[in-house]
Amino acid sequence: MANPSAVCNGHLHHHHHQKQNNLLKSGISKKNGITKGTKKNGVSNGTLYKKTFIEHFEQAPMYVAVFTFVGFAVGTIFGYLRDFMRAWGLEKRNIATEREQQKDFVPLYQDFENFYTRNLYLRIRDNWNRPICSVPGPQFDLMERVTDDYNWTFRFTGRTIKNVINMGSYNYLGFAETDVNALKTVTIELEKYGTGVCSTRQEMGTLDKHVELEKLVATFLGVEDAMVFGMGFATNSMNIPALVGKGCLILSDELNHTSLVLGARLSGATIRIFKHNNMQSLEKLLRDAIIYGQPRTHRAWRKIIILVEGIYSMEGSIVRLPEIVSLKNKYKAYLYLDEAHSIGAVGATGRGVVEYFGMSPNDVDVLMGTFTKSFGAAGGYIAGKKDLVDFLRTHSHSAVYATSMCPPVAEQIIRAMRCLMGLDGTTQGLQRVRQLEKNTRYFRRKLHEMGFIIYGNDDSPVVPLLLYMPGKIGAFARRMLEKNIGVVVVGFPATPITESRARFCVSAAHTREMLDTVLNALDELGDFLHLKYSRYSKSSHPELYEESRLELED
Amino acid sequence: MAAMAGVGQQWVLVEMVQAFYEAPAYHLILEGILILWIIRLLFSKTYKLQERSDLTLKEKEELIEEWQPEPLVPPVPKDHPALNYNIVSGPPTHIITVNGKECINFASFNFLGLLNNEKVKSAAQSSLKKYGVGTCGPRGFYGTFDVHLELEERLAKFMRTEEAIIYSYGFATIASAIPAYSKRGDINPRKARVTRRFIVVEGLYMNRGDICPLPELIKLKYKYKVRIFLEESLSFGVLGQHGRGITEHFGINIDDIDLISANMENSLASIGGFCCGRSFIIDHQRLSGQGYCFSASLPPLLAAAAIEALNIMEDNPDIFQTLRAKCERIHKALQGISGLKVVGESFSPALHLQLEESCGSRENDVKLLKRVVDYCMNSGIALTQARYLEKEEKCLPPPSIRVVITVEQTEQELDKAASLLKEAAQSVLN
Repeated sequence: MANPSAVCNGHLHHHHHQKQNNLLKSGISKKNGITKGTKKNGVSNGTLYKKTFIEHFEQAPMYVAVFTFVGFAVGTIFGYLRDFMRAWGLEKRNIATEREQQKDFVPLYQDFENFYTRNLYLRIRDNWNRPICSVPGPQFDLMERVTDDYNWTFRFTGRTIKNVINMGSYNYLGFAETDVNALKTVTIELEKYGTGVCSTRQEMGTLDKHVELEKLVATFLGVEDAMVFGMGFATNSMNIPALVGKGCLILSDELNHTSLVLGARLSGATIRIFKHNNMQSLEKLLRDAIIYGQPRTHRAWRKIIILVEGIYSMEGSIVRLPEIVSLKNKYKAYLYLDEAHSIGAVGATGRGVVEYFGMSPNDVDVLMGTFTKSFGAAGGYIAGKKDLVDFLRTHSHSAVYATSMCPPVAEQIIRAMRCLMGLDGTTQGLQRVRQLEKNTRYFRRKLHEMGFIIYGNDDSPVVPLLLYMPGKIGAFARRMLEKNIGVVVVGFPATPITESRARFCVSAAHTREMLDTVLNALDELGDFLHLKYSRYSKSSHPELYEESRLELED
Repeated sequence: MAAMAGVGQQWVLVEMVQAFYEAPAYHLILEGILILWIIRLLFSKTYKLQERSDLTLKEKEELIEEWQPEPLVPPVPKDHPALNYNIVSGPPTHIITVNGKECINFASFNFLGLLNNEKVKSAAQSSLKKYGVGTCGPRGFYGTFDVHLELEERLAKFMRTEEAIIYSYGFATIASAIPAYSKRGDINPRKARVTRRFIVVEGLYMNRGDICPLPELIKLKYKYKVRIFLEESLSFGVLGQHGRGITEHFGINIDDIDLISANMENSLASIGGFCCGRSFIIDHQRLSGQGYCFSASLPPLLAAAAIEALNIMEDNPDIFQTLRAKCERIHKALQGISGLKVVGESFSPALHLQLEESCGSRENDVKLLKRVVDYCMNSGIALTQARYLEKEEKCLPPPSIRVVITVEQTEQELDKAASLLKEAAQSVLN
């Protein structure tokens, strides 16, 4: 998790240094006479990135940080006040309590843990867990939900809000659809196989459908073999412990997903964290690890594994894959790439960050991804060399103890992948990828022009829009719903406490009109709630952004 | 004054020289040696621990060059039993086609035979038409569908608890539930004892087929003030008059159990799992269950299938009796096979056949049992060996063949299986 106190100055320095380092490394060595940067990496950085890599992490003005803290302070004071009133019976106690017979047991929860939940989260919790009653396509129907007691309980009025524009579901390529023709094969397979499997992969649970799917995934990614699992989260948390153990070192990015962190912790290996997407930090950790060995005994590490994600879902940033691969080759480490959000969403034909940077899948040791986001199904996969996959087939917890993926879901993945690869005879797959790219660029460009602070890479379909102040989180989400647009807002603890944001997921199924509706609504709401913090409202100042390698085409 | 000092100094010097002349020889020699020794110590290098930070850049580069990591994965022998797994063509229902051969299925946990049920399938089909396949999001971000809410309500009503919460993966259910309540993350969810405050037990133990002594545990709970988490994957939909599991079997008030967790992958022939209990306990998981908050929700067609399966369970409560009768029957029929002993309660629908005497090593036992299984498969009964991750289990059970009884198996088939196993044991083990 990013350091919560690195609000203004810490952050600014961080980027300032990065920029300087980039300038140094980028071969303006003649000017400064410092050649250390380029020599160390061996390869001049101009050849690593084939296209420009533009990411933004703009800093908000100081007053925003001040007001954010004030907002939290006010919330906390009122929280204490309410707790006090509840303790003295002046206000109703609505929370569930322990049984009478068990009152003298050791308490199950710390009272303090709940303080945040009770007093801050609860006030705006009507913006999460909103139930829907239709397919999560570009538009969906929400069930109308009201509360009579300030979000302690909800009740459904029975009405549905129809055709709400969906900017929250992970539907990048638009495969969440109910078109009868598209789902024809899935219907047939459901009729044939039923819904369950009732056995594990190693016992009686490997169906011919799984074998077909695994071959297809391996062909799609261009690797030797692949293995699929029923749940994406479990893929990480159960396979990382199989690959590393005590005596190994895991170098994990600051902002990795919970499933990667859980898998790393369960493995028992030593974990060291490097700053988000920061190659200097990673290189320093690698060098120190090899030179000094394990702590205290100074024995050599058995192996070193780097855990990164393709697209980070809270920041919208894309991993700097070419640099990581060159580091990994130099220091003989292994690379585990989690492409949960990037498979299908980036790349010329939707094959993920490996294709986006023009690299070969053999550069990455373990390719992992999920089928939930771009393929409209459920489950995860791990792909790579045949040795790796064979090892996982025999030693993974999931293969031995968990039920295998259900056949209709496997069929959905097969048909989506075939469409993407063009094997069904149409160019629909490629069209979807192109449409997503166009939509992403349009949406991001417009938001920049309007003056919002947007994080992330220009090519990533995950668009975080910064809100900062806690009061605006609830206001933003509720007002967008009134305008018939469903958005996702995130605050602490998924993000640093001062950087609450709204996160949009652009989809290939969104039409230009839908995007324009959303943009107009955002424009209005941005003015009303004073969300347009950006100091650069036109994206035409290259030296102010963190553009690496743009200067270097000399 | 200075003159006086000067005289004083001179006086001291004279005294010193005099002392020098008057001292005995050995004294002078000793002092001489000591002085020489001190001089030597002053000028020799001090002994320091070799510090790595004194390494030069060149040495660091050499260390980096020389370091060789282990290979990412150790090589797996080609004849590892898990690599040669069975491939099933078509649905794993009552008659199953394994590796091209048609057999009667005694290996899949399809206890109530709902895998091939028409009503369940048509419920899933209509859900597919309405919702598509995936949910494209976790529960917090528009991944909550009305079918999920309906399933949770139905499960809570069926189990007669206040609330239920569903997960999209059976394994993740208990693996997310326990860490949500405890601080440390290193608890193995399949084993019995957890530190301090909780007892985690299984209703019907999958590895041994025996039942947990729940009434005694309840007494212990109140005596020692611990909480009980009950894992009912095998007993949900099997034990009890209406299939409510072990609490109904023993007639215990469900409120005495703090948390019941089960997966829907056995009796309900769906995918996923659920936890049920009092709202006080379950609500906590909605914010801190990792498999709930950070993972996509269950595909709606599977939730609809589970609801329909629940309907069937509620409408036909006599299938539990039938299942139990079949279990007793085969349990009796399998007694007395030479070389194999039956492990498991008589009403457990999954029982184990272990070798009466091991032949020395686990590997050989496994190979021997495989021959028995192959013999049976060639004659039309599909069985499997119970699989474990050998390094991870704390108390590894001995290798065994698992026999699973389902409602769909007829009495002739049960008898055929028993006699076939007798034959196989005869020919392989003797």
